Amino acid sequence: MRYAETGFNLEIDLATGNIEKVETDPKLMETHLGGLGTSVKLHWDRVPPETQPFDPENLLIFSTGLFNGTPAFSANRTVVTFMSPQNELLAYPMMGGFWSAELKYAGYDKVVFRNKSPEWVYLWVHNDKVELRDASHLQGKGALETQELIKEELKEPRAQVAAIGLAGENRVFTASIEQGRSSASRLGGGAVMGDKKLKAVAVRGTKDVNLARGAEFLELMMEVREYINFRNENPIPDVMTILSGIGSPQEMLHTDEKWHTENFAWGNARLRRKGFWTKEIEESWSSTQREGIQRLISCFNCPQHCGALICYQDTPPYMAKCFGKLTYAMAAYVDNLDFAWKILYRATEYGVDSFSTPQILAFAVELYEAGILTDKDFEGCPSDNEGRFYWLLDRVARREGIGDVLADGTYYAAQRIGNGAEAYAHNTIKKHEQLPLKLGMLDPLYFLMYSTNEKISITQIEGNWPQAPFPTMEQREAFVQDWPQLPDEKWKQYLLDWEPRGEKSNPYFPTPEIASEIVDWMEMLHNIDDALCLCAGMGSFCLKPPYHIHNYPKLISAATGMDLDEAGLKKIVNRNRNLHRAYNNLKGMSRKDEKPPDDHWKYRFPELEEELITTYYKFKGWNHDGIPTKERLHELDLDYVAEELNKRGILKDGQGQEDSQDDQGEC
Amino acid sequence: MAKVKKTVKTIKVNADSCNGCRGCEIICSLVHAVPKYSSNNPARSRIRILRDPLKDIYVPVFAGEYAPAECMGRDKYVIDGKEYEECAFCRASCPSRDLFKEPDSGLPLKCDMCEEEDEPMCVLWCLADALTYEEREEEVEEEAEQEKLEIGLEALADQYGLEKIVDTLARMSESKRG
Repeated sequence: MRYAETGFNLEIDLATGNIEKVETDPKLMETHLGGLGTSVKLHWDRVPPETQPFDPENLLIFSTGLFNGTPAFSANRTVVTFMSPQNELLAYPMMGGFWSAELKYAGYDKVVFRNKSPEWVYLWVHNDKVELRDASHLQGKGALETQELIKEELKEPRAQVAAIGLAGENRVFTASIEQGRSSASRLGGGAVMGDKKLKAVAVRGTKDVNLARGAEFLELMMEVREYINFRNENPIPDVMTILSGIGSPQEMLHTDEKWHTENFAWGNARLRRKGFWTKEIEESWSSTQREGIQRLISCFNCPQHCGALICYQDTPPYMAKCFGKLTYAMAAYVDNLDFAWKILYRATEYGVDSFSTPQILAFAVELYEAGILTDKDFEGCPSDNEGRFYWLLDRVARREGIGDVLADGTYYAAQRIGNGAEAYAHNTIKKHEQLPLKLGMLDPLYFLMYSTNEKISITQIEGNWPQAPFPTMEQREAFVQDWPQLPDEKWKQYLLDWEPRGEKSNPYFPTPEIASEIVDWMEMLHNIDDALCLCAGMGSFCLKPPYHIHNYPKLISAATGMDLDEAGLKKIVNRNRNLHRAYNNLKGMSRKDEKPPDDHWKYRFPELEEELITTYYKFKGWNHDGIPTKERLHELDLDYVAEELNKRGILKDGQGQEDSQDDQGEC
Repeated sequence: MAKVKKTVKTIKVNADSCNGCRGCEIICSLVHAVPKYSSNNPARSRIRILRDPLKDIYVPVFAGEYAPAECMGRDKYVIDGKEYEECAFCRASCPSRDLFKEPDSGLPLKCDMCEEEDEPMCVLWCLADALTYEEREEEVEEEAEQEKLEIGLEALADQYGLEKIVDTLARMSESKRG
């Protein structure tokens, strides 16, 4: 019997309509756990690096993680992997919601799509019955509308449906995959799905998910439950409200948006509006927020309330979560939340990423104001901020006129527009639009996460380490006093020593060595969550979460029957990360790509930044170019990866990290 | 008439607080799995949330008695402008719908208030506070108990014949004495 996982994947050939239920190798759980880990392995094994994002060979994998469908609180993510049309790297946007648990209950761990369908189809998975169904009547329908129509035509209100809207159909590079209140948004999964003429994947399951040692698992989960209660009752003092709790940022619950509106940049990641959050704004935004929110909701088996059902005025009901509440209004310089609720609905139906898309629209507005785009490009566009955004969003989703150019994202749009437009595409890493954050002093931890993480869309530090030092020693002492999540007691001293100003402050403290250690830990937590498909909001994302390195191995052991300790777990997720990195290295990614936007911080320190990257690479066991060394790969039982890198001339025989230190010329 | 005490157990459902997570379904199916805690599957749960997220409908319902036949008419409620599905608030495992039936056998499922635990596990698991366990003592007239006994015996008599029941009772009391 297989525990925690089902042991079966669905393999769908969209070109022929062939559907196979394939038993997976049980050893893969021991080597890669599941979720992102086993999906990366599939891409490595099956998609040669020469493949282009819109080639039929590009795999699109919807994957559950090891914990979906088990009683683990907040195990509700679906990880979607594919080669991104934005940068040709292996992307893995994730969505919460209810889809993954349903797939597990239907009896599958992953759905692997290959090739392209000749006509529009959707996949219907109902336990052992799996079929591709005609979706020609759904073409052009919104992502939300599609989900409802499919449930209706299947007469299965309990089915969970992930669907694309018009943007995905039109291969917009920021097209998302929408599902209920959640979406897998970043890096264009919707475009790959649209390219394959796959409109939706609907799932319904009524089978068991087995646990190896259920009583032990439940006992551990009771402790998690206690801690969730404790954290919900005890928000962390002395940090912004939004950072004080657990779960994804509680932006439907909290109305206080001083932090986002004043610290994040407005427009095309341009302007920080200090003093924006006045009493009048607070009153107006809070009341509009309350008017819009009908109910606070969660994802599968999660006690938090990160999402909401929005029923706002004439806008049809839809569900929302997180920072999408603000991204359009801030990018458009619109000072009311009324616009935010309305445009977010339209964007969700189109199925576009609410982080990168508003920046593309703001980028277009800037180009127009600078005279690089002209009246001809904007023919028929209203002149007010709100009207312009609606108009641009429509054009992008439909790839009409200038929208066709913008739909490839700011990097490629700037290349095509030329005439100085490149300077306006100023907020990308690896060609992907980043959060509109423009800050003062370089932060060494954030610098490393932002520049080097395989996720490419790390939004903030996204980790267990506080985002800023506490001003007083009393506050620091109070914070470290109760911090069971830390991997090592000695780290408490790092936090105690970390000052807002002076010698032991950003950018020189944490030192590159300490920064590497902390970043490695935070990234490892992400890789664990992504293999289990646990919500990062309960593990790797936030301060003092209920899941951490000391309880993950016990939980995984009880669920799967493997006997895993901390070292064993670390080795597995390091293997996953290095395999992912090596795959991206095959695609050409290296040190030259690992840098934040030039204007991300006002104060930059080129030498220190080089030292940070070099120290971090060394810590990770990567050579000067950011390629895992042969020795590192050997430690992780990835000799076959070293061989491939060697064969392709990316690693040279005998080249360890020490040798490559001299190779400074390349970056 | 003599009064006897009985314990009434309730799960108070505050549908307004439900965040729709379905944690109650998961933990219920885990606790009632055979062997206990070995697996979970909401389809086997004795509590289900009737969800229609876009209509803001969230109704946790825990399984009541098995109903051998459908009612003559079906419930349909509109509350605060929201139209609930037929029989939404009914707790019966009933031929009219597939709710509260074992997915493999079709046998009815019924909430046992987690008799072996300190309190119903769905209540413990619901951190959104949509479910509250309540227990109270009620005094009832003994006669009512008598009446209940007669109804039960009558049903058995209908099924097996009065003679067989009498014989069985005689044999049972004989073996007790012996």
